[in-house]
Amino acid sequence: MLAPIYSRGLRGLALATVATIGVALGLVFFYAPLDADQGFVQKIFYIHVPLAIVSLGGYILGALFAIGHLRTGDRKWDMRSYVAIHMALIFSVGGLITGSIWAKASWGHWWVWDEPTLVSYLIVVLLFATYQPLRFSIEDPERQARYASVFAVVAGAFVPLNFIAVRLAQAYVHPRVLAAGHLPPSMGLTFAVSLIGIALLYVTLWKLELAAKSSRMQVRRLRREVLGDTAVRPLGRSAAPS
Amino acid sequence: MADPAIELRGLSRHFGERTALRDLTASVPAGATLAVLGRNGAGKSTLLRILATLLRPHAGEVQVLGQPLPGRAFAVRGQVGLLAHEPLLYRDLTGRENLTYHARLHGVEAARVEEVLDSVDMRGRAEDPVRSLSRGMVQRLAICRAVLHRPKLLLLDEPRANLDPAGRAADRADRRRHARAHEPRPPGGGGRGRSGAGAAGRPGGVSGSAR
Amino acid sequence: MRTALTILRKDLRLELRTFETLPAMVLLSLASFVIFHFALARATVDGQLAAGVLTVTLLFAALLGVNRLFVAEREQGGFDAFLLAPVDRTSLLIAKATALFLFLIVLEVIALPAFDLLLLGSSLGRSLGGLVVLLLLADLGIAVIGTLVSAIAVQTRARDLIGPIIGLPLLIPALIATARGSGPLLLGHGATFPQGKWLLVLALYDSVFALLAYAVFDYLLED
Repeated sequence: MLAPIYSRGLRGLALATVATIGVALGLVFFYAPLDADQGFVQKIFYIHVPLAIVSLGGYILGALFAIGHLRTGDRKWDMRSYVAIHMALIFSVGGLITGSIWAKASWGHWWVWDEPTLVSYLIVVLLFATYQPLRFSIEDPERQARYASVFAVVAGAFVPLNFIAVRLAQAYVHPRVLAAGHLPPSMGLTFAVSLIGIALLYVTLWKLELAAKSSRMQVRRLRREVLGDTAVRPLGRSAAPS
Repeated sequence: MADPAIELRGLSRHFGERTALRDLTASVPAGATLAVLGRNGAGKSTLLRILATLLRPHAGEVQVLGQPLPGRAFAVRGQVGLLAHEPLLYRDLTGRENLTYHARLHGVEAARVEEVLDSVDMRGRAEDPVRSLSRGMVQRLAICRAVLHRPKLLLLDEPRANLDPAGRAADRADRRRHARAHEPRPPGGGGRGRSGAGAAGRPGGVSGSAR
Repeated sequence: MRTALTILRKDLRLELRTFETLPAMVLLSLASFVIFHFALARATVDGQLAAGVLTVTLLFAALLGVNRLFVAEREQGGFDAFLLAPVDRTSLLIAKATALFLFLIVLEVIALPAFDLLLLGSSLGRSLGGLVVLLLLADLGIAVIGTLVSAIAVQTRARDLIGPIIGLPLLIPALIATARGSGPLLLGHGATFPQGKWLLVLALYDSVFALLAYAVFDYLLED
């Protein structure tokens, strides 16, 4: 059922990731100009924003895979969805921490409420953080996968709605570094490379985790077929799809 | 030449990594009774739930009353009755309210409710909330619920488990000539997945295994 | 539709028979008002502060209703009974969401006057109409999301926990609109009708999630 397609191309992808991130780091530290107001600390923007963008993309990806799972009933879509969301959550934590550091450095507080993007991002993360507890609390594996997919779809639709509501609620004091035309080309290039690097990192880790999981499942299935059901101890309670 | 009531070919169903039914093939002609015997955990309830359209088959083919599942499940639903471990009744509603609710869901006329209440001799207690009734009476109401919509196929999961003597008498008087998959409680431990002599009628041919 | 009505009548009858959910929601609201009085250490609240208190109180009372919505089905075999019937499965969603919506309305009929009496500095009089419109839209959203979340949570092992932690973030946009929309209405001589943008946000939120719930609900019931 789950062919080992995930490990194909993994090495090439990993090398590309390392190379791109290496180039990005070089650009960040040696090429991009210092920001006039915020100084050196502004450079954390090159990791914070890509982390945030890629993680949001990961959540959307998870929602899309979940739609695939609901429509086809094929569990491999659920596996892809789970890993996408799980990985996006990890990247989100990175995004929130770097965002907090940036806020402290720029505005003097570890958290600011008048930045709608950051606030709505926090709410999205709070929502997706419930994904694993939800999976963990449903024991029937088929039902777990189905309910998780329903959740992922609803949560995916939530992201834009939430952003709209929060944006309307805050007066925005957003630094708007990304507004069109405000970013000088050297910063723009650095940012683009960083974004690609983080995105490649995400895809690599996603593939890696999927490869590991599907191999484990295949081994279990083979053991079960060859040695009988008793040779394979049941998996402990787990949030991961089996 | 009527369709067989139940037609199974290579039916499989698993729960995660655990297989409940593997490659089950059977045929039950219309008007017959099939008895399914097995150890606890052998998959009897799973089979009945699949036939009742509550569970989807994971592999193989299932046809109930000529309709393939799960694709045509909606066509089958109104014609199958299930008597399960749970009575499927709301404890805080009366017997009559429960049955009227089910009658409305199935598009059955109100007079039918009185008819089935009569047949299990529960007319007198029909206005009492279900939680005030004894197990035997609740089981009688459950039987009412299962046959309320005059199903062509009746699925019984350990049907005598909770009946009191009055209920059993009413139950016997209630038997009709539908095709039934009937599950008597295996006496102390039970058989090992063979078809056995059922309580009535002749079982259809059964091959494969319910693990 | 007739099926949805049948289920709704059954649920209303059960609630009238047992009085489990609605009194608890009302009592929680009243207790919350008292708690807020002490927690905020003020004689009265008005404006945005009042809006916040009201919205949060309604939200937590709604969560109580959400927690109970499908419990009888789960514990007394209601799901099986429904799934055996030859009916459209989304009628369960419609019936339950309507029931929750009705509970919220009854709750507000009692809680709003209580709020006015206990906490509100100025009287509700002029802006009551606008507030009602806002709350109706909010209740719709809470009912839809609440039903969806309740249906998910009832099949889990920790249903009382999963419901709130999923429901609260999902409800935040509706809460933002409700709180910010009602703020100006609760000022002494403030507005009498909420700003259009908040009503629009609520309408958008309600529509999107109603359609989404309708689309995914089947997947929650099938097995």
